[in-house]
Amino acid sequence: MLHQLSWKVGGQQGEGIESTGEIFSTAMNRLGYHLYGYRHFSSRIKGGHTNNKINVRTSTVHTIPDDLNILVAFDQETIEINYKELTKEGVILADAKFKPVKPEDCLAELYIVPFTEIATELGTSLMKNMVAIGATAALMNLEDEVFQSVVNEIFGRKGEAVVQKNMEAIAKGHQITNELLKDQVGKFELEPGDGKHRLFMIGNEALALGALAAGSRLMSAYPITPASEIMEYLIKKLPKFGGTVIQTEDEIAAATMAIGASYGGARAFTASAGPGLSLMMEALGLAGMTETPLVVVDTQRGGPSTGLPTKQEQSDLMAMLYGTHGEIPKVVIAPSTGEEAFYDMIQAFNIADELQLPVIVLSDLQLSLGKQTVEPFDYSKISINRGKLKMDELPELEDKQYFKRYEFTEDGISTRVVPGQKYGIHHVTGVEHNEEGKPSEAAGNRKKQMDKRFRKLQYVHFDTPVFTDAPNKEADVLLVGFGSTKGAIEEIRPMLDAEGIKTNHAHIRLIYPFPVEEMKPLIDHAKKVIVVENNATGQLANILKLNMGHHDKIVNLTKYDGTPFLPLELLDRVKELLTDGDI
Amino acid sequence: MVTFKDFRNTVKPNWCPGCGDFSVQAAIQRAAANLDIEPHELAVVSGIGCSGRLSGYINSYGLHGIHGRALPIAQGLKMANRDLNVIATGGDGDGFAIGMGHTIHSIRRNIDITYVVMDNQIYGLTKGQTSPRSAAGFVTKSTPGGAIEPSLKPLEVALSSGATFVAQSFSTDLKELTAIIEEGMKHRGFAFINVFSPCVTYNKVNTYDWFKEHITKLSSVEGYDPSNRTEAMRTVMEYEGLVTGIIYQNENEPSYQEKVIGYHEEPLNKADIMIKEEELNELMKEFM
Repeated sequence: MLHQLSWKVGGQQGEGIESTGEIFSTAMNRLGYHLYGYRHFSSRIKGGHTNNKINVRTSTVHTIPDDLNILVAFDQETIEINYKELTKEGVILADAKFKPVKPEDCLAELYIVPFTEIATELGTSLMKNMVAIGATAALMNLEDEVFQSVVNEIFGRKGEAVVQKNMEAIAKGHQITNELLKDQVGKFELEPGDGKHRLFMIGNEALALGALAAGSRLMSAYPITPASEIMEYLIKKLPKFGGTVIQTEDEIAAATMAIGASYGGARAFTASAGPGLSLMMEALGLAGMTETPLVVVDTQRGGPSTGLPTKQEQSDLMAMLYGTHGEIPKVVIAPSTGEEAFYDMIQAFNIADELQLPVIVLSDLQLSLGKQTVEPFDYSKISINRGKLKMDELPELEDKQYFKRYEFTEDGISTRVVPGQKYGIHHVTGVEHNEEGKPSEAAGNRKKQMDKRFRKLQYVHFDTPVFTDAPNKEADVLLVGFGSTKGAIEEIRPMLDAEGIKTNHAHIRLIYPFPVEEMKPLIDHAKKVIVVENNATGQLANILKLNMGHHDKIVNLTKYDGTPFLPLELLDRVKELLTDGDI
Repeated sequence: MVTFKDFRNTVKPNWCPGCGDFSVQAAIQRAAANLDIEPHELAVVSGIGCSGRLSGYINSYGLHGIHGRALPIAQGLKMANRDLNVIATGGDGDGFAIGMGHTIHSIRRNIDITYVVMDNQIYGLTKGQTSPRSAAGFVTKSTPGGAIEPSLKPLEVALSSGATFVAQSFSTDLKELTAIIEEGMKHRGFAFINVFSPCVTYNKVNTYDWFKEHITKLSSVEGYDPSNRTEAMRTVMEYEGLVTGIIYQNENEPSYQEKVIGYHEEPLNKADIMIKEEELNELMKEFM
């Protein structure tokens, strides 16, 4: 029996490919397997090849694998595009309808199953995906019943008869595959799952749920790939919590509306991707200058300009660190898993409130859209800290006297009050200002206010600035990354170890202010530092060099073709870099 | 009892003597006092430009934001605290050039705030360039051969964008202007108020005298009915936009806040935001 299975379904966009993957993976999740799914799609509504690859495992997994065991194909294009991933034991289950042809150099077996025909016989060709799931069940030696609860949920509201029909389609697909494939039946049987209840969600859902748990009651946003699921999730849930999502006319309005709401004392945020973030830059400056808490999620995608809107990239890093004119204090955090996405959102809101500044949560397309197993969130880890926000009664002020909203303090953080409070009147402006918020261009005041704002960065409390897995005192290689590259790095470390290459792993989660202290021993005790990132210019590597020095041993390992790192590919690239050098 | 003097602060405006914006400031202060609002219950959000400074000259909460973005900031603020009185202000460059998109969509959205535009048909703070409100042929530093584009028609734009309150006034007519701002603040949705506020330094065409000569008060138009949108549009077109008074008001249309499903009756900024354990469990169940 296997510990891991890689399964993929492909066809034309709009053909139910997504729901096929959804039904299969939800059932696997309920059996207690760990999953990681990644969707290949295009920026169009119907047509165009799409596929959904799902890694099913009996232990934790944060990436899709290079190879493939089962390919379910609804058209010839799916075979052509994906057959090279198949192992020589692999199987293609193809719909007889399109008269599938096996490519000459395909190592795997092609099995032709009449998906559409069976579905049509049962009433509608729409059920061809259920037949395919039945065929998969045969190869994996699964009982049809494991799909029952999922089918109930999806088709329940259409009535018992529809549920029955779909279950029949699964059974039929199972049965005919048993007959057709005889010796292959059960070939891909997995060790049983542990039956534990885990969450199966995309990163954007974890981010959205995190915002909700952080107490955000208002989101202003403009739709964009790959961020839209955050607003779509919250518009369903926020009304139950008294809040709402406002779809604004553009990202400038989205960011400034969130600033207005935050100025008003609510926890508000926005989420977008590269093009939207470019439009928000001036607003970030306003939040920084006026010391208004602001949380912005950037789900990075392929840039520049419209770039690769549906593809993976991590190239906004420099823009997020240095974007907006002038200089403001800002915090940039980068979750790398669904769990981190959830807890980091809570931390982001707390930091924004505590330090009264913009916090950017940097995701990427693979994390945001990759559907992954996530451990249930721990309620006891949720805490809300609003810093020096004072919402109760304020001491009396003399007539016309303004509240010192920007009072000089030791930690640079001043008491924040909100409109509506008696004796709290003050001015807020993006112009340089004095302690009362009134415009002031005096040189002395300017310097003191700049110093005050930047002093706050010394007080960033973030629980794990660097995820570290460093079993080696002296490592041959320190692998460094951020965001969704974590999974691929985790996968290759045992393989490198088996070849006698000692590795440590540092995944940077707090990118600004940069965790120099945490990174120093890791870099000192590594012969070589390989920085793995999805961009062309090695942005994280440059930030590492800027903060840590060690230009001699920091090496770039970049990928910018729009696809995520695959473990075996990464392994080869790392080994290449090692033979190049002096190890 | 609140008086307009309560809304004065100690900051001396940096406007030119004779600027129309002084009266707009006075009218906002008087309107708020007439409505018996306390200074801390009012927030003025302004954009950038001469007019943008207004939020700093009133003894109330004030936010002076970025060019063209007063409206989204003001809407966010109102959504965070539905009990607060929120006025957005700005100039014609702020509202009709860089911020035009927000103006139209704020009108459509109909969140209950009041927007007062100080319309002087010129860019003042940058020292005399053309504005979207400058008439064709208007000679400025950036249009030495005269403005090529026609002047934007804010009232027609507002009416066609689904406005529920459209008014216009002239800064010298403090009584009418105050009354209009008061009505705008009482209006249950978004109130759009354009105010002719002459620039005495850079606009030598649209002067106080010019406006006096060209303006028609709607109160003098017999039988004018501000609840009739078609008549409003026809009248605005007939007088080429040079009318003052309440041009259109729809008192029956609920505001955005009234329409949002589930939106808390209590201000959001006072809500208990800590999620309950059973709520989180319920949300997680959907992913299992």
